[in-house]
Amino acid sequence: MKALRKLFAVIKKEFRQLRRDRITFFMIVGVPIGQILLFGYAINTDVRNLRSAVANQAHSHLSRQFVAELGQTQVLDLQFTVETPGQLEELLRMGEISVGVFIPPDFDRRAIDVHRPAAQMLVDGGDPTILGVANQLALMPFGFDAQSTVLRNRTIEVRPYYNPERRTAVNIIPGLIGVILTMTMTLFTAVAIVRERERGNLELLINTPVSTAELMIGKVSPYILIGLIQLALIVGVGQLLFKVPVRGSMLDLYVAASAFIVANLALGLFISTVSRTQFQAMQMTVFLLLPSILLSGFMFPFDGMPKLAQYLGELLPNTHFIRLTRGIMLRDASLADLGQELLVLGVFAVIALTAAILRFSRRLD
Amino acid sequence: MATNPGLAIEARGLSKQFGNLVAVDHIDLDVPKSRIYGFLGPNGSGKSTTIRLLCGLLTPSSGGATVLGLQVPGEAAALKPRIGYMTQRFSLYGDLTVYENLEFIADIYALTRAQRNRRIDELLEKYDLVAQRRQFAGTMSGGQRQRLALACAVLHKPELLLLDEPTSAVDPKSRRDFWAKLFELAHDGTTILVSTHYMDEAERCHRLAILDRGRKVADGSPAELQAATGMNIVEVLADDPVVAQSALGELTEVASITQLGLRLRVLIPESFADPIALIEAKLGQHRITARTATVPASLEDVFVAVTQKRQAA
Repeated sequence: MKALRKLFAVIKKEFRQLRRDRITFFMIVGVPIGQILLFGYAINTDVRNLRSAVANQAHSHLSRQFVAELGQTQVLDLQFTVETPGQLEELLRMGEISVGVFIPPDFDRRAIDVHRPAAQMLVDGGDPTILGVANQLALMPFGFDAQSTVLRNRTIEVRPYYNPERRTAVNIIPGLIGVILTMTMTLFTAVAIVRERERGNLELLINTPVSTAELMIGKVSPYILIGLIQLALIVGVGQLLFKVPVRGSMLDLYVAASAFIVANLALGLFISTVSRTQFQAMQMTVFLLLPSILLSGFMFPFDGMPKLAQYLGELLPNTHFIRLTRGIMLRDASLADLGQELLVLGVFAVIALTAAILRFSRRLD
Repeated sequence: MATNPGLAIEARGLSKQFGNLVAVDHIDLDVPKSRIYGFLGPNGSGKSTTIRLLCGLLTPSSGGATVLGLQVPGEAAALKPRIGYMTQRFSLYGDLTVYENLEFIADIYALTRAQRNRRIDELLEKYDLVAQRRQFAGTMSGGQRQRLALACAVLHKPELLLLDEPTSAVDPKSRRDFWAKLFELAHDGTTILVSTHYMDEAERCHRLAILDRGRKVADGSPAELQAATGMNIVEVLADDPVVAQSALGELTEVASITQLGLRLRVLIPESFADPIALIEAKLGQHRITARTATVPASLEDVFVAVTQKRQAA
């Protein structure tokens, strides 16, 4: 009961201070809107090893040869073999694969028919880079074609899912939510404790009965609400200006975002306990922000990155959050489909908050 | 450490070292309850560090202290609700109003809503902040801020109040009012430890310790200290005090000379008999006319005497 009163005292104080800080207010509203308008365009790169699955219903020598050649391009990493196109779609929706190759039962006959594509590629068109790669792959000359005198347009028909118009914004904006929240949330709390230290407030605070946990949780709580406001802003502007859909459940999106926000706030608090000045805290935040942009799958397709970069990327909350937002917003995936990503964020938040509380010293030496 | 129930603070050999700097060097303290105890010393004498050690904010390098019967820093958590601390720097929130600051502190100490409202009204009245109730703390004058800081420090009615140079940024009128409040608090049973570098403030304390470069060089009541300087103080009224000062400076017996307007205050250790004769002989040698008289020691003389003694040693 007493703990709760003390906790609310800290929360109330934070809100009052926030309300009066114009720069903070600018960060809450200005940063998301500015960024969303800025990031209109993506950067395309070569992509390799896209996780993919094959549903080969032809079971013929020719079709197996075709699959082998697809694998040899190294563009696709054929991880799963399934039976039906429905299963491919399921894997696609769950974010397990970005490309599904469907080989129909009449593949051998289609292969010699100039007018009909022999196979179909189901592509997560949410990411235009991947879609571009799939399109190029579809133009690949296929072995059995060499003897043919007839020029055929395409061996494979490409069917983009989720983003039929191939608009970059559709892919960028779900990712941008993560980038903006990483930037603002981490920074807010990264400077929180240091600022109180610099202004001398901390010396008074640590001489009161307020516990470290009360102080930390009280500092984090108001920003959860602010993070959700930012989310609403970005999604709203995204829908309004860039026609970015939210195909999944809005509730799922907010739940996922809450976990992500807490993870970043806790990380910020940890930064705050290790830095001595606000400037140091900001530098550390930027140091964290760059990989969150470059290695999280926001800018470059995650699967296309070198293995080491992927391992690093897995350590960043933003990587997991981007999978969640793209899944929920573009592919109508549910939290159940993406439970693992949510779990990672939760674990991350608990570890970071615990580390911050343990690291926080109630002494000055 | 044996704890004397009449003492609020008992420190033995309390030391704090920062790298090569010995900020507090084996200090022993006995601070009686319900009294105002002063720390007198220049900047860098270890006043703030000692106060922080006593709050449990710093870990001593050696030695230890018992505050209100609790060991610091080990039992600091239990001590926090029972002490009030006013930092040297204004440490409340400049972007919160007077009322909001008080409210925050009250909630931090987990007062009930009714207790809180009653106590805040009482404090606003008592510390003359009713008109500033809605003013941002950051826009207030030094005196107002200091009253707010004191109000926040005593809000939870602590048994012990630690004040680190509370009056360094306020005008003389505010200082007088502030001290009146401290006496009221002491009268009501609060023990007050206050650091200062003002002699007139030190004189108001029931007891005080003089600190010099981390060491306690004297302690006692102001009267005791003034009686035990070990110096004769001779006041010299000369037409040209500057010339007189340079002449008297030749005397190896003189511990210190301070000019106050036309007067010089000359400190000579008691081991030298007849200081007046000594001074008049010297002035006569230089054909300087002056009137001389021995006077009782002021606290400033005490301060000069004890710090000089240590330099000599």
